Amino acid sequence: MMTETLRTRVWPVVAVLIVIIALWYVAALFMNRSVAVNEAELKGENLTSSELWMKSFTLKKPLLPTPDQIGVEIWKTTAEMKVTSKRSLVYHAWVTLSATLLGFAIGTATGILLAVGIVHNKAMDKSLMPWVIASQTIPILAVAPMLIVVLNAIGISGLLPKALISTYLSFFPVVVGMVKGLRSPEVIQLDLMHTYNANKTQIFWKLRFPASVPFLFASLKVGVAISLIGAIVGELPTGAVAGLGARLLSGSYYGQTIQIWSALFVSAFLAGALVFAVGATERVVNRLMGVKPEARV
Amino acid sequence: MAENQSSVVSAKNLGLTFQTNDGPVVALTGVNLEVKKGDFVSFIGPSGCGKTTFLRAIADLEKATEGELRVNGTTPEDARKNRAYGYVFQAAALYPWRTIEKNIALPLEIMGYSAQEQQARIARTMELVNLTGFEKKFPWQLSGGMQQRASIARALAFDADLLLMDEPFGALDEIVRDHLNQQLLELWARTNKTICFVTHSIPEAVYLSTKIVVMSPRPGRVTDIIESTLPRERPLDIRETPEFLAIAHRVREGLAAGHSYDD
Ligand SMILES: Nc1ncnc2c1ncn2[C@@H]1O[C@H](COP(=O)(O)OP(=O)(O)OP(=O)(O)O)[C@@H](O)[C@H]1O
Ligand SMILES: [Mg+2]
Repeated sequence: MMTETLRTRVWPVVAVLIVIIALWYVAALFMNRSVAVNEAELKGENLTSSELWMKSFTLKKPLLPTPDQIGVEIWKTTAEMKVTSKRSLVYHAWVTLSATLLGFAIGTATGILLAVGIVHNKAMDKSLMPWVIASQTIPILAVAPMLIVVLNAIGISGLLPKALISTYLSFFPVVVGMVKGLRSPEVIQLDLMHTYNANKTQIFWKLRFPASVPFLFASLKVGVAISLIGAIVGELPTGAVAGLGARLLSGSYYGQTIQIWSALFVSAFLAGALVFAVGATERVVNRLMGVKPEARV
Repeated sequence: MAENQSSVVSAKNLGLTFQTNDGPVVALTGVNLEVKKGDFVSFIGPSGCGKTTFLRAIADLEKATEGELRVNGTTPEDARKNRAYGYVFQAAALYPWRTIEKNIALPLEIMGYSAQEQQARIARTMELVNLTGFEKKFPWQLSGGMQQRASIARALAFDADLLLMDEPFGALDEIVRDHLNQQLLELWARTNKTICFVTHSIPEAVYLSTKIVVMSPRPGRVTDIIESTLPRERPLDIRETPEFLAIAHRVREGLAAGHSYDD
């Protein structure tokens, strides 16, 4: 069993990873070479080509930092630093994560409520759905600064404005998925409820909602990932105080490419962890709901 | 008056027309039928003759467009609201996220039975359909025949005296079917329910019924109603008796007549 998973699942990923890392070093060499040459000329150094290689891989402000530089930077700013420090990536990651989770929670709740309304009310179906879709045609980069500024003006700042941007992004897949999910029961399953003279609340809790659970989880996986993006985007116009977005922004102000890439990697890791957490919850729920094993994802 | 009381389903000149995009479809016309308490009535006829539609009209899942239909002396809607019938669909229609016992509990939960009462009824009906021991299984863990039995148990779990069954064994092989037919007869004898049963099979109709309603299509109508002369007690080999074969013959003729009328 173990060796089987190792062979079929772990190996391909590792192989691709090795290729990517190798290509990365090659790219770093090409991109950073000119920077290294300039720097050497400036200092009047006379470098052999192998020294130039080494220099390209160890620049303080490279065009493209190497994986090991990023790894060291992440290690230094997480494991070797107190989490309360303003330079700790754990601290910044937590700032972003808390906004993400709050926004995701509000977004999911909003999405479910809207879907319930749309499914149960013809007028809401007609009037709401176009707006829900229209909301997503406005680029988030345009909405985010506006929202932050407007909320700041009325005295709301900090976590909530960022969370609301996550909400703005994440409610959409939930609405769409849940509308589909709540409408997914077959006619025969609904007819059965009708023969019991079940009321709408009973039909909702005993049929529509359980039937929509697979759709909900598919939406949540998308929703949680874009919630994180929303929170990061929300941090960009706040004047770079804290959060992964702030690290990205201040890094680009000062040409700290290693800092930018570290923040990028941590956010990618966070996104992966969040999607994994949703997936793990889904597996538990699937087991409780008796989903046939081969149908489980 | 006494006659009227024992009438469970009464159709008088019943008609039902579907309005579709391709114009009206007459699913039923001029249907007259009396089903008495304790009857086992089979509906037989070619595809599209309105058997399902008639059952659905009784169940208030469709509305008659002509004539009159009474269920337990009331309108189908009131009968449905009184939870007067259990409906067994052609597909088992179990909810896949519920275990078998929870599926049987579904109508009981909706109708507000106490937890204790639910438990007792689940145990009783599962025994009735020979499914004891499968309480905690999910539907996909059961064979098709077992799933169909679970759906019958679900329809039996609450106190409806009328059982409407739309080709419940249609998708099953003959051996399983024979077995379930026998069980159904036993169950009918034990519970004294009234059963309306749709089938495509002549032997099944004759074996089970006290009354056989032969129908024919375009437009859907009743062409013959046969009162069975077979005793209520029916071993499987009754199907080889001359009496049985005579009834089957009459059903077959009724079906053929319906067709020639059409050509
Ligand atoms: N919802 C509907 N809308 C329009 N036409 C319908 C609808 N339901 C049934 N019909 C039509 O009514 C007629 C009778 O259908 P019904 O399903 O009652 O037949 P049936 O006797 O049960 O057939 P089968 O043996 O194939 O199940 C058919 O012509 C069918 O096309
Ligand atoms: Mg049918």
